[in-house]
Amino acid sequence: MVVYLLCFILFLVGLYGVVTRRNLVKIVISLSIMEFSVFLFLALIGYVHDGVVPIVDPANPDARYVDPLPQAMVLTAIVIGLATTAMLMSVIIRIYRKYKTLDIREIKNLRG
Amino acid sequence: MELALSVILVLMILGALFAIHAKDLLSAVISCSIVGYGLVICFLLLRAPDLAIVQIVVETITLVIMVAVVLDSTRQEPFTKPDPHDYVAIATALLLIVSVFFLLKAATGSLDPFGEGSMRMAKHYIEGAADKTGSANLVTGVIFDFRGYDTLGEATVLVTAVLGALTILRIRGKK
Repeated sequence: MVVYLLCFILFLVGLYGVVTRRNLVKIVISLSIMEFSVFLFLALIGYVHDGVVPIVDPANPDARYVDPLPQAMVLTAIVIGLATTAMLMSVIIRIYRKYKTLDIREIKNLRG
Repeated sequence: MELALSVILVLMILGALFAIHAKDLLSAVISCSIVGYGLVICFLLLRAPDLAIVQIVVETITLVIMVAVVLDSTRQEPFTKPDPHDYVAIATALLLIVSVFFLLKAATGSLDPFGEGSMRMAKHYIEGAADKTGSANLVTGVIFDFRGYDTLGEATVLVTAVLGALTILRIRGKK
């Protein structure tokens, strides 16, 4: 249970960063921290005590495997996380070229 | 096992806090990758070598992209005078964090205890999976065989994100 709680705390640190920071790069960093904590949470759910790596070994047919399903889900999610981070970074670099700042409060034309 | 994971998680939380509060953006980016590489060790401890391999590659690429962006723009965090908006944002954040923390803590009650997950779905994936899918690695079997359409959908998302990034980098801004 301690592990789950620490994982949530990592998520909440990322949430704090997203809400309070003014710098666009730091907001992206906080988002990726939240992302990492969710990946870790899913991998934690699939863990089984004394489980072995989910690779079939003919020499040991009665092995107790770790749950392969969350691992398969996280595997694709990690790659998509990379793509979205790259996209956010390209947005940031366009914004910097146009406004010469990364401070969200100085980018007045983006205000809703 | 749980102890080792907790120690690494505490280190990751410290790295995340430093990344959020650092004055220099380059050190913020690099301490963000403390979290990423700590995650690799956690995956190895959790018996997920596929995830560890993918995560170490992805984290390195992310670090390169972020360092490139920071070096191309500005390293300085804009000087933040304590203005009233900051206090409002921090108060909102703390309120949000406390409420979400209690919700998550309530949600943990309905989870299986750590390490005793009952594999409802995966039982069928594991039984005779090597014969059904022809792959000794069960994770590969789930991704490319049992849930092949999911993977196709996620590949679509990936292509869309890459196309978006390319489009954004290519357009010429209006003057």
